[in-house]
Amino acid sequence: MFDLERWQEIFDTIRKNKLRTFLTGLSVASGIFILVILLGFGQGMRNGIEQEFKQDASTSVWVWPGVTSKEYKGLNPGRRIQLVNENFDRSSAMFKNTIERGSSRIFVRGVSVNYGKEALIYGVQGVASDFQFIENASMLEGRFINYQDEVSAGKVAVIGNKIKTDVFNKVDSPIGEFVEISGIPFKIIGVYKEMEDREEERIYIPITTAQKAFNGGNRINNMSFTLPPVENFDEAVAQAINFKDDMREYLQQIHTVAPDDTGAMEVWSAMEEAKRYYGLTNNIKLFFWFVGICTIIAGVVGVSNIMMIVVKERTREIGIRKALGAKPWSIIAMILHESIFVTAISGFTGLIFSMALLELVGPNIEVDYVLNPSVNFKVAFSTVLVLILAGTLAGFVPAWRAAKVQVIESLRDE
Amino acid sequence: MIEIKDLHKSYKMGSNSLHVLKGINFKVEEGELVAIMGSSGSGKSTLLNILGMLDGADSGEYTLDNVPIKNLSETKAAQYRNKFLGFIFQSFNLINYKSALENVALPLYYQKVPRKERQEKAMKYLDRVGLKPWAAHLPSELSGGQKQRVAIARAMAAEPKVLLADEPTGALDSKTSYEVMDLIQKINDDGNTILVVTHEEDIAHMCKRIVHLKDGVIVEDKKIEQVRAEQYV
Repeated sequence: MFDLERWQEIFDTIRKNKLRTFLTGLSVASGIFILVILLGFGQGMRNGIEQEFKQDASTSVWVWPGVTSKEYKGLNPGRRIQLVNENFDRSSAMFKNTIERGSSRIFVRGVSVNYGKEALIYGVQGVASDFQFIENASMLEGRFINYQDEVSAGKVAVIGNKIKTDVFNKVDSPIGEFVEISGIPFKIIGVYKEMEDREEERIYIPITTAQKAFNGGNRINNMSFTLPPVENFDEAVAQAINFKDDMREYLQQIHTVAPDDTGAMEVWSAMEEAKRYYGLTNNIKLFFWFVGICTIIAGVVGVSNIMMIVVKERTREIGIRKALGAKPWSIIAMILHESIFVTAISGFTGLIFSMALLELVGPNIEVDYVLNPSVNFKVAFSTVLVLILAGTLAGFVPAWRAAKVQVIESLRDE
Repeated sequence: MIEIKDLHKSYKMGSNSLHVLKGINFKVEEGELVAIMGSSGSGKSTLLNILGMLDGADSGEYTLDNVPIKNLSETKAAQYRNKFLGFIFQSFNLINYKSALENVALPLYYQKVPRKERQEKAMKYLDRVGLKPWAAHLPSELSGGQKQRVAIARAMAAEPKVLLADEPTGALDSKTSYEVMDLIQKINDDGNTILVVTHEEDIAHMCKRIVHLKDGVIVEDKKIEQVRAEQYV
């Protein structure tokens, strides 16, 4: 390795075989380049999908009543189940050790929404203050509905960012403006942002106001909760499933629903979905590893082929060197030394170029399901090492064979 | 210098065994210029391979400069080749991407001679074969005769005990052949031991002794009156 004479001999050889060196280097560099780009996009897709799934709080659990489909305790099927305030209050109290936040919700239907002379077609929903965290909505301006608003049944509204850009584009800020819901003026106190436009087309008002002002009585349409975060993913899933089952059992009892009539009382846990999606991203990750490994194998085969051709091409030279007194090991060492040197230089060149490209272009990519493609430097680095090692091994066999070949035979190799 | 006793060599060809050398006895003194003649298949190349330690014999003794050559490892053989032998080939076998000078310097590289000294020495031998002005040229830029002279310079550079020439004029026209033979004769005049394998009568007669090989045995071994190549040049 530190034999200066051999380095000189190798540089001589490289300098005088520019094309061969260039082609070997090019194929190694492009192999690494493609692999890194591929791995980068694999990561980008993972990031993108993760982003798509980040809409609601990951530990959220949603309760939707439906219509019974089974006869139970003398009650006919086809009964519409209606949740009421009491259900929410009681279940919140019952499960207060497992619940982090909770909010009931009511959809205000059959109302007209006006802003000045404009009629708006956005849905109005009555929610509690915790709903912001359950929906994972972030506040752009002002604040969300708070507990005070709930208690005092304040006539305040929080709008989505999409409504702001669509309707309130003539004023500096929608805060302080009034929208009329069925003729009742509501003061806008905040603008929230969601991942998707569709979820920004809502006007939230305090649930107490919604019930009192729009003939809601004590009815609610659904309930949602978040559970406290758990470090371990599997534990979190188990916790969510436990809570889900307990909640359903309780509500089924209260509303006299058959225990196996899941359609009448649907409880949906984001965690459970997340498990499915984690499985999906794991599969995607697996797929990209598979593709990556295939690419590495292709790279290894490519490098091996090149090494074999290079050695084949040099059979005569090897014969000459042997006739002049080169020891077999000195020939093997010379070939490997050169090949490791060329593969290493070109491998790292490919690595640097591809990482630079990902670094420059990556953050600017705006395609669905692809976000900030990037690659773990360690992974890329070890890939280069694997290729160098493979090239060495692949070069070793023909080099060894060439060193063993009878000189006279190799010299006759015209 | 070279002593061979009852040398046998056979090659396996599938299930058959081809007996190529059938008991060669042969002695070469220092300073001799020996032509080994024979038609193709007579075993002369095999003999040269064994003499050059490029192949091992099945049985028999081979002593080179009082060193018994037997059961050599590849590494040992390479060492001996480098120290004892210089090769000259029919097809020159220069490394095509190295200049004439670098080709001549190559055996010295394997003798671990430092770079500078290597080049000085190589230049000296190139000068001896009259190619000093061509030192920086690649083999592809040289004529056949020049290439063979570079090859001779390379064989000489390691200062070997014995020069082995395998059909050194085989690829050259007769005028160039005589030039090369003239060079070989002059080197021999300086006291070097040289073995020339050839099938050309006139080339053989420019040596001092002719050994005739036929079907793996020596059929004739005679000293001759040397024809100087100089007169034809």
